Amino acid sequence: MHDIHLIDPVTRIEGHAKITLHLDEGGSVADARFHVTEFRGFEDFCRGRPVSEMPGLTARTCGICPVSHLLASAKAVDAIHALTVPPAARLQRQLANLGQIVQSHVLSFFHLSAPDLLLGMDADPATRNVFGLMQAEPELVRRGVRLRQFGQEVIAAVAGERIHGKGIVPGGVAEPFTTAQRDGIRARLDEALTAATDTWQLLESILDGFTREIGVFGDFPSLYLAHCRPDGTWEHYEGGLRVVDADGAIVVDQLDPADYRQYLGEAANPDSYLKSPYWKALVPDDDPRPGMYRVGPLARINVAERFGTPIADGLLDEFRSRVGRVVSSAFHYHAARILEVIASIELIGRLLDDPVLLESRVRAQGGVNALRGVGASEAPRGTLFHDYRVDGDGMVTDVNLIIATGQNELAMNRTILEIAREFVDGPSLSDGVLNRVEAGIRAYDPCLSCSTHALGQMPMSLELLDPQGRQVCEVHRH
Amino acid sequence: MTDATDRPRLRVATAWLGGCSGCHMSFLDLDEWLFDLHERADLVFGPLTDVKTFPDDVDLTLVEGAVTNEDNLELARAIRANSRVVASFGDCAVTGNVTALRNGMGEPQAMLERVYVEHPDLAGVLPTEVVPGLLPTAQPLHETITVDVYLPGCPPSADRIRTALIALLDALSNGHPLPDEWRGPEDLTFGN
Ligand code: SF4
Repeated sequence: MHDIHLIDPVTRIEGHAKITLHLDEGGSVADARFHVTEFRGFEDFCRGRPVSEMPGLTARTCGICPVSHLLASAKAVDAIHALTVPPAARLQRQLANLGQIVQSHVLSFFHLSAPDLLLGMDADPATRNVFGLMQAEPELVRRGVRLRQFGQEVIAAVAGERIHGKGIVPGGVAEPFTTAQRDGIRARLDEALTAATDTWQLLESILDGFTREIGVFGDFPSLYLAHCRPDGTWEHYEGGLRVVDADGAIVVDQLDPADYRQYLGEAANPDSYLKSPYWKALVPDDDPRPGMYRVGPLARINVAERFGTPIADGLLDEFRSRVGRVVSSAFHYHAARILEVIASIELIGRLLDDPVLLESRVRAQGGVNALRGVGASEAPRGTLFHDYRVDGDGMVTDVNLIIATGQNELAMNRTILEIAREFVDGPSLSDGVLNRVEAGIRAYDPCLSCSTHALGQMPMSLELLDPQGRQVCEVHRH
Repeated sequence: MTDATDRPRLRVATAWLGGCSGCHMSFLDLDEWLFDLHERADLVFGPLTDVKTFPDDVDLTLVEGAVTNEDNLELARAIRANSRVVASFGDCAVTGNVTALRNGMGEPQAMLERVYVEHPDLAGVLPTEVVPGLLPTAQPLHETITVDVYLPGCPPSADRIRTALIALLDALSNGHPLPDEWRGPEDLTFGN
């Protein structure tokens, strides 16, 4: 493969992402690069601020999964304060994270990807969006809108607001949970579960139409990393990490997220504001690519043996009997997401039945007892790490954030390379190729808002370069 | 396309500059009222659509986020040139908010060095290829283009967004100019 340096783009790009494809001497696609173009600098400007501000501040990294940042941040501060949160607070935080997984996955499916999946990859771009879908399938969209609303209301019950609430704090949560809140959510559980299982059936019914995409959308072996209980049950909030290989064999189990630096490295890129985390044990030199691993819904269902809830487990077993124990096509991130929505709704129901949830002691108080704290949880898109160092007064001296989307960066690059190899034919690019490449990225539901930070349906331009780095062709989505 | 009273459908856009997308998520928190909105207006541009170039002849654009890089600035100017009414949508657009916290850290170049060269495990490298350069400071929207309406909040609540949208769409579809009191950065209290 020729190592090609990018030229500056000939034309300006809009939006937050861009893709470049490199051709070799023979005219075949040799490499593909996904560029993230947004930078906001949280790791820098948080320094010098009181660590107690960090949950509220870092939630502003992302309005799509603010709860994930609130949780990872609050847990990092819990570690600095060296305290244990009260049991009721632990359950409330879990409830909020499950609400978050529901609303974020529903957004990814209905608002961002369903237009592709239901209107078609080649549908008119002017109406290939959720509003076009409202026209074509109003009842379906209404179901999705209400399901997202359900997730948001679960979040609001704990956090005080749907977005950027103040209820998740260092030491626990701000307020006890009330019976009225519990009953309000409970009253909507059945509708939510029906909507989610109907969505699963819908997705299953259309999979046959995407056989070619399933085959090339990132269907390659990789490591998978996620939280997982020692007994193999799916986990989203606490405990150790498990890594499995492409055959599902456990590589390591119950890693302490606080030790992440021992096993995860981060590489910077000359052509993206997104860093590339990698699995250190597989990287002998300066090239991070052999250390590719995947996180998020697909990784979680590959890492875990089971959800531990009856409906989701039944569907998972049946899905595995068709596609295999380890699901490697990134296209099936969609399926993994819907399964997680179902499991999350079941788990929400279970938490509501736990009397501990209503206990009134919800917050532990502490001061600086350790100079470093790491908090980790499963964000909708994968494992999220917040790592803070503070001085004796609790002022932040160093911040490192490892965001789920970043951890899929190497896999996303490989995915678009495979899609391009499958669909690019000769030196010209059609809008159809662009659509497929974009949909391959969208399968990962990248949150570029988080990772430095754009929504899944990103505007894109695509550039084809020859071995000398000269532009052969450029396509814009209009 | 026309509605029942034969008025052309309104063309609404949203844009995402340097923000967390929380304002857009609050827009989606309009929930089923999104169907009512869709009755009155077409959404012609924004992160929820597949349209890449900012279109002509837009009636109302809600702009989330501060102007923090060259791409943001270019898009902000395209929005102003092609929109009848531009709204600063949320605190990042209105004041700079969290996005502008980087302004206290000095030169963008030095900040990029700290984040990308000093931090990573492998040989660090500055992102300079393909990506848009950072502006010296992240600025509120009205520092770069004229803004007509301010919708504060981090994010503005869905109720506030709905109140504003109804009022703005009514005014636009009746062909009325916006009342004077909606204009100017001093008015930061639209709705409740
Ligand atoms: S105003 Fe708040 S919610 Fe909106 S983009 Fe800025 S940080 Fe996010």
